[in-house]
Amino acid sequence: MLCQECNERPATLHFTKIVNGEKTEFHICESCAREKGDHLTGISNGFSIHGLLSGLMDFESGKYKSAGAPASETLQCKECGMTIQQFSKLNRFGCSSCYKYFSNRLDPLLKRVHGNTTHVGKVPVRAGGKIHLRRRVDELKKELQEQINLQEFESAAELRDQIRELEREIAEE
Amino acid sequence: MSDIRFTDKPLSDWMRSSAADSEIVISSRVRVARNVQSFPFPMLATDQQSRAVLDKVTEILQFDDIHQFGNFHVLNLDEISELDQEILVEKHLISPNLANESRNGAVILSEDESISIMVNEEDHLRIQCLYPGFQVQEAWKRASAIDDVFEAHIDYSFDDRRGYLTSCPTNVGTGVRASVMMHLPALVMTKQIGRVLTAVSQVGLAVRGIYGEGSEATGNLFQISNQITLGQTEAEIIDNLYSVVLQIIGHERNARERLMTDSKLRIADRVMRSYGILSHAYLMDSKEAAQRISDVRLGIDLDLIREKTIVEMNELNVLIQPGFLQKKFGRTLESGERDMYRAQLIRESFQREN
Repeated sequence: MLCQECNERPATLHFTKIVNGEKTEFHICESCAREKGDHLTGISNGFSIHGLLSGLMDFESGKYKSAGAPASETLQCKECGMTIQQFSKLNRFGCSSCYKYFSNRLDPLLKRVHGNTTHVGKVPVRAGGKIHLRRRVDELKKELQEQINLQEFESAAELRDQIRELEREIAEE
Repeated sequence: MSDIRFTDKPLSDWMRSSAADSEIVISSRVRVARNVQSFPFPMLATDQQSRAVLDKVTEILQFDDIHQFGNFHVLNLDEISELDQEILVEKHLISPNLANESRNGAVILSEDESISIMVNEEDHLRIQCLYPGFQVQEAWKRASAIDDVFEAHIDYSFDDRRGYLTSCPTNVGTGVRASVMMHLPALVMTKQIGRVLTAVSQVGLAVRGIYGEGSEATGNLFQISNQITLGQTEAEIIDNLYSVVLQIIGHERNARERLMTDSKLRIADRVMRSYGILSHAYLMDSKEAAQRISDVRLGIDLDLIREKTIVEMNELNVLIQPGFLQKKFGRTLESGERDMYRAQLIRESFQREN
């Protein structure tokens, strides 16, 4: 689809504006979006990914007010003091604890930005906590299933013992 | 111990070596975002806190394990001139954000400028490795190894579920942003670029101008990077970028071949006109310069021009930026003046005997 402003570049930004129940759709390229950004009602300057985050978090739409805490209660990071409203303006967290305090609101945002909510990559050796052990347990469980499928019960029993041992370690720490 | 010789020459040493597919992929870069545990992110950190982070991070240079990656210099941003900061941005060694907005911002640079570690940018640490040509896997391996060294001495903010915690949720998880800078003139000329870029954005990659978010793609240069940092392993992120870029290289090569078969005379004319204009013009704005340099670069790749090299074109691309021009001529230049001096620099470069 071509950009509806310049008719030259492909449209990469697609959004819908609803004013008084009237729906208007926009399909524009990034370059026109930047130029026209000022004139499109309700859209502030710039179309950077950061600027769109608060929209994705959908925190003011009322969607969460009924589901979560009472509307009067302000969601706030107890560590750095950042409120969810501040986050929506700055699109940056104040400290790593914000991830904990805003955790419930974060899933839809992460899902839309990354398509995922859970890290599966590298883990720091020291700060990684029990995650190494847990991942090892998951691997062993997969192996265990394979061995059972192959009816290799002797090695399956060994794997089962290893898993128990690791699970005990996880529980102890 | 600020040492601003990093701004004396336009081309970093790492850019001088030849590499795989460098006629299409100019450079590969991987950046890893990390934060120090128990400190607020730079945006909220007090002067004292951000200074403490800077001290903690630069302490790493006292340990032997970091020196396997070379010798490093620390540049404190508030100790160097705005012009030198601008040049570091033009060389992609720091971000505009670090230059403009950081408190106690610094950059730890390796001697050959292939490793640049920003401190107190959006995140406490941004480890960046640059390689010439298409070497994104190598860049990741090195960035990860440097990350391991820091991690051995510093506790990172890490969460079992979210991974490496970053100031912006668009970086959380791996904190990895891998990117390649591509020169795609034939895809632009044959009007296939739109289709390619749309396809790229549909597989979780982003396309930007060469100076990052918000900058325009001039001179047929495109920066392609991963958008997703959460829910994929680093290897998957790098492999995905690698395989997509490999396909784009293939498309660009095909388009070049087709141009040479179908319209060789037209291409040769375009390339040589640009060569003539660069060698003789007295006024040149940055957009035209970027386009003409792109033409000559293509001419070199297609063996239509033998007097110039790709490395010289890479050098010119940096040399014509406002910061470098002003450094070269020793004063602030108005935009019109810059066009004159830019043309002069390019002329001199083209008339130089090789």
